[in-house]
Amino acid sequence: MWSNVLYIDLETGEHHTRDRHDLFDKYLGGTGVATQLLLEECPPGIDALSPGNPIIFSIGPLTTIFPCVSKVVSMFKSPMTGELGESHAGGRLAMAMRFAGYDSIVIKGRAAKPTYLSIHDDEVKLKDATSIWNLSSVEVTGKILREVEPGKGRRSIMRIGKAGVNQVRYANVNVDTYRHFGRLGLGAVFGSKNLKAIVISGTEEVELPDMSAYKKMYSKLYEEVVDTEVMDKYHDLGTAANINVLNQLKGLPTKNLKQSHFENAESISGEYFADNLLLRKIACSNCPIGCIHIAMLKTPFQKGHEFEVSHISYDYELIYSLGTNLGITMGEDVLRLIDRCEQYGLDIMSTGGVLAWATEMYERDLITPPDTLGISLRWGDTDNYLKIIDRIVDMPNKFYKALAKGTAVAAAEYGGKEFALNLGRLEIAGYHTGPASIVGQIVGVRHSHLDNGGYSIDQKASSQQLNEEQMVDKLIYEDYWRMINNSLVCCLFARGVYGEQNMIDALECVGIKKTRDDLEAIGKEIFLAKYAFKEREGFDMDNISVPARFFETVSQLGMLKEDTVKNMLKLYRKKTGI
Amino acid sequence: MKSISVPYAKLNVKGGGVMPAKIKVANPNRCIGCYSCMLACSRANADSVSLIDSAIDIRTSGGIESGIGIIVCRSCIDPPCARACPTGALAPRNGGGVVLNKNLCDSCGVCADACLPRAIHFDRADMPVICIHCGVCARFCSHDVLEIRKTEVL
Repeated sequence: MWSNVLYIDLETGEHHTRDRHDLFDKYLGGTGVATQLLLEECPPGIDALSPGNPIIFSIGPLTTIFPCVSKVVSMFKSPMTGELGESHAGGRLAMAMRFAGYDSIVIKGRAAKPTYLSIHDDEVKLKDATSIWNLSSVEVTGKILREVEPGKGRRSIMRIGKAGVNQVRYANVNVDTYRHFGRLGLGAVFGSKNLKAIVISGTEEVELPDMSAYKKMYSKLYEEVVDTEVMDKYHDLGTAANINVLNQLKGLPTKNLKQSHFENAESISGEYFADNLLLRKIACSNCPIGCIHIAMLKTPFQKGHEFEVSHISYDYELIYSLGTNLGITMGEDVLRLIDRCEQYGLDIMSTGGVLAWATEMYERDLITPPDTLGISLRWGDTDNYLKIIDRIVDMPNKFYKALAKGTAVAAAEYGGKEFALNLGRLEIAGYHTGPASIVGQIVGVRHSHLDNGGYSIDQKASSQQLNEEQMVDKLIYEDYWRMINNSLVCCLFARGVYGEQNMIDALECVGIKKTRDDLEAIGKEIFLAKYAFKEREGFDMDNISVPARFFETVSQLGMLKEDTVKNMLKLYRKKTGI
Repeated sequence: MKSISVPYAKLNVKGGGVMPAKIKVANPNRCIGCYSCMLACSRANADSVSLIDSAIDIRTSGGIESGIGIIVCRSCIDPPCARACPTGALAPRNGGGVVLNKNLCDSCGVCADACLPRAIHFDRADMPVICIHCGVCARFCSHDVLEIRKTEVL
């Protein structure tokens, strides 16, 4: 239905749009189309931080048209893993792209000097970003661009902070202050291209073939989102509700997974945040849930009730990685750490993983004060962690340069590989739930717990007595079907609403007729196309080592065995044909 | 969560003329900035998916970290927009607010200037987008920011 791709060359300043219905007809949008664009645009074997690495953004056929279809997929070669980089963000970006009339944006080349992109409907401009290039805060960058750019009130502003400018490998791209393209280092790719920010807005209007059917379907989906319990979790405590739950089940990675429960979990739990720190909840565009939890942190700086006030968004993964995994005992301290990472534009899951590994290294005297420039690393020491974060971004010596490349690189250089908690060179998600979580992150096309929700399959394994093969079957089902969710691009929090039939019916409302089998086949095809890219860039499942720590700490399903993981990987390969 | 405060269908009087209801921003501080109300307005009244076709106007002021502005027609009994309209395209509506006759409108923009809350803006066809107080925005507000209230019909 829509298939407009905007191509921008940062080197020449040229841009043009092309109708790529060849891709959209076949792969729907989002991750499906972005994968094909990546295969087209990314030359084999290039350095992820070279000008040849493209940045691709894609929305899907239901974006903004149905509730909670509110995400954008970005794709690029990842400087973290050296292969497929894919990240999703919410905020207002998806809506801004829809109304600006672009279903995908492809950015190529490297600008000669610091630049930002200004995209408002048909007007696409490269603008000088020299004066904001070295700003240390992504929040201030947003404030400055708001003053000079049009589209006030409903535009979207993506930007990088100092971490992206300095090309920390796990730098993220901040979207509209509280959302991110996180994890695989899109911020570093922005930095390598001299690209500071992108502002986008639009005023298009969309008409559909059968408005009456559309209105009916919209109401049905809206009611499922708002009036049923499917999404209650995200609305109430948010994902932070997981802290207490996983803690009780012994599935909560703590102190670099030396433990799977945390004795101080209560004071950094979702309940604690909601009762003591939550300021308000806000929403991505076109989502009536409002799962973005914003906390208010008041820090006194002198007598007379003088406070610095920060508004900081939080989620489960952030509280795990900068909280339990570092032994931080108070919610307020977790917020201080989150805020520092946010201002720099660092991926928080990777930062937490790096800090946890470094703390254990320090504890074992495998790194010493000359490495850290005199800063000691101790569980729960928020002040020193803040100092370390500053240095990861500034990279004053060899040790901090290694930390800025992630745990896999740092451990290769300094040791401690057996407790450097990464899978496929990406720091792990906060679930020590069982083998499906580990296998799921290894096989997932972007090494993400969101690829197939392995943690949730572990939980089912516990209640339904699933064997290894049944767990693998469930992983594969999720891997294929989430390709469709991510091509549309629904928020995965709404995956309970966008099940098979609702996806089929919603697509029909926008003139796309697909059967269940069609969709599953497309999902599988997209999955294999991603693996084709991964393997082209050197991904080899046999080369992914699973840190021994996973098998030394009790999980939600008890002690895990390496053989279980190996066997599940073998089954996964056999069944998917990869 | 609760999606509706007043039965919407009963108040949706079609065909213009007397509409015994008006939209009210009952709880502005509850707004989460999702734009569901705007999308509902354009879907119901302009048969489009659009922000620019919506009579209700939600916008942030200073990014998402700052407050959210909610602009609706205040259903004036003596509407300055209608008074300012040089062609008679806007006529006062019984119970407050105005009714637009598109055939008489020449897109001069005087009405928008006359409305201090800036509840009138122009769509891509350069026609003023006028609230008909149908309440569809309130129906699709999940946080009870908006309510549709019965008015006393004069």
